[in-house]
Amino acid sequence: MTDASDSVMIANQKEKVRESLRKRLRSERRFRAYGVVAISFAVLMLVFLIGTIISNGYSAFSQTWLKVDVTLEKDLIAPDGRTDPKTLRENGDFRASLIESLVAKFKSRGREEERLLMAMFSTSAEQTLQEHVIRNPNEIGGTVSIWVRASSDIDQLYKGRINRDLPQTSRTVKDIQLRWYDLMAAERRIDSRFNKGFFYSGDSREPEQAGFWGAIVGSFFTMLVTLILAFPVGVATAVYLEEFAPKNRFTDLIEVNINNLAAVPSIVFGLLGLAVFLNFFELPRSAPLVGGMVLALMTLPTIIISGRAALKAVPPSVREAALGLGASRVQVVTHHVLPLAMPGILTGTIIGMAQALGETAPLLMIGMVAFIVDIPGGPTDASTVIPVQIYLWADSPERGFVEKTSGGIMVLLIFLVTMNASAVYLRKKFERRW
Amino acid sequence: MEEVEKSQTVAGEASKPVPPAIDHPVKMRTRNVNVHYGEKHAIRNVSLDIGEREVTSLIGPSGCGKSTYLRCLNRMNDTIDICRVTGDLELDGENIYSDNVDVVQLRARIGMVFQKPNPFPKSIFENVAYGPRLHGLVSNRTDLDEVVKQSLRRAGLFDEVKDRMEDPGTSLSGGQQQRLCIARAIAVGPEIILMDEPCSALDPIATARIEELIDELRQNYTIVIVTHSMQQAARVSQKTAFFHLGDLIEHGDTPQVFTNPRDEKTQGYITGRFG
Repeated sequence: MTDASDSVMIANQKEKVRESLRKRLRSERRFRAYGVVAISFAVLMLVFLIGTIISNGYSAFSQTWLKVDVTLEKDLIAPDGRTDPKTLRENGDFRASLIESLVAKFKSRGREEERLLMAMFSTSAEQTLQEHVIRNPNEIGGTVSIWVRASSDIDQLYKGRINRDLPQTSRTVKDIQLRWYDLMAAERRIDSRFNKGFFYSGDSREPEQAGFWGAIVGSFFTMLVTLILAFPVGVATAVYLEEFAPKNRFTDLIEVNINNLAAVPSIVFGLLGLAVFLNFFELPRSAPLVGGMVLALMTLPTIIISGRAALKAVPPSVREAALGLGASRVQVVTHHVLPLAMPGILTGTIIGMAQALGETAPLLMIGMVAFIVDIPGGPTDASTVIPVQIYLWADSPERGFVEKTSGGIMVLLIFLVTMNASAVYLRKKFERRW
Repeated sequence: MEEVEKSQTVAGEASKPVPPAIDHPVKMRTRNVNVHYGEKHAIRNVSLDIGEREVTSLIGPSGCGKSTYLRCLNRMNDTIDICRVTGDLELDGENIYSDNVDVVQLRARIGMVFQKPNPFPKSIFENVAYGPRLHGLVSNRTDLDEVVKQSLRRAGLFDEVKDRMEDPGTSLSGGQQQRLCIARAIAVGPEIILMDEPCSALDPIATARIEELIDELRQNYTIVIVTHSMQQAARVSQKTAFFHLGDLIEHGDTPQVFTNPRDEKTQGYITGRFG
């Protein structure tokens, strides 16, 4: 061992360290690159998804209206001369007046052309006319100019979703209808308006009349029932298990089962609801009451688990301080632990509710998938909910329902984002350090 | 009865005399206290008298059972499921573990200050007012204000916080928080204050403040303090008890224990040979 060999060894070592350092830096750079690629991919996918939904769905919020001149002939509308609303509603033949006026204007020949002409207007046009006349009975005998909804096909044509260059046989809008459409366009009888009906009417077989309000109200009642059932029961369970329950094999078993329940496929809860709530207790079918009960069962584990986590996060020193002052265990919980854990519990509850709001499968099992036109008036009325309505529209063949589907998804997403944002806000606002 | 106990003690350990507290009447009398954590025998046959209006310090290496013993005195160990306490613990001649003692009332008489300052995440005022409200000690807001002010004054904190009573208790410095905890304990009007290493999380200046405070509080309260610092025990206490591995090795007047320990383990610990 000479000094020379020592210095050679040191030089070798330095070289080795430099080499391994290069390798290490390279692998660190590579690792960071993987992360960037993964995140970019996720963002790209999200942009693509949201982009598709919005580009398909934004048009659901506008609607095409057509202006028509209708001659209100006395013989058809008020044959016996009485013009009170009730008689008009019972005896007035508004459809016939509409047909006569339109046939006269567009000079259609034969039944087939008349059918095609009428197919350009929504079946609600007749009702719009009726309401106008009931409001202005003095106009009977004259000619009125009113705006009525276009049919879904014309609506799609106006929104540019129908290709005029296709041969007539593979188009829903026929050549003669295109001619009439162009005629009306030239006379400035076509207008696009905000689709108010989407937010105040129920479902319909006609895409231009189908609204989302029934589903929104249905979801509201369902969520209300879910919240009323799941929140108190969930919080009470979490508090009992975390603060009072003895730690033994039985409570361990309960804990394991709650964790398992959180992972049970939601459709199983639907089957349970069908068997227990509908078949055994004979509660009403398709009702938000039962839907809410089923979703409450589904949401309970989420609330319990997040509630227990929030309770566990309250430092034991707070409990000790209160106990040391002579508070009873119940007082420790109600005065200190529960208020401190509440933001966390609420966050968990909101996340659970958001999950329940987007749930479809269990509700199919208890009949909330029915076609329901009426707006539900209470939790026992038959109704549908937002995601099921989207599912129903996605299943419909008409072109007009495509935009409704995406429009519905947009509304659902807005609700979910709002709920999750409020959960984040709550967490940030009440976050405590100690 | 006394004879039987003594013979048991002798049978258990070689010799563990209980020195009589001559200068102060006995406030708490504990005999043959045993604590089990599940299988672990944490405290063995500890018999100790705590004199009224004096400071008793419990010293010993980590894990020797001094905190466990302290927590027996106000039944804080009740909250731990696997913990079992046996033996006689008497407060003014009354067994505190007997069935007709209400633990809530007991803890109102025996207050506690913890190792880490643990004010409630509420205002300074609410922190102190919690105990009196809980026990219904005050009937109106004026009385409550008075109790809060008085307690803060006694804890030597009033002048520092009088202008910001609504600030959160957690916004105070560590030393101030600990004094707030002392004020909170005092507000209930206890007879005994238990302190579990009250200065271990504080800097030397804050520690000195607390030690001064302990010396003042001695005029009105009986104090039991667990400490890791032997200097602190020597400075603040009149009586010292040395614990080792669950046994009470030695108990006596503080100067005697520090200058002339009877047991060689005590000697070893105090001179820093182990611990």
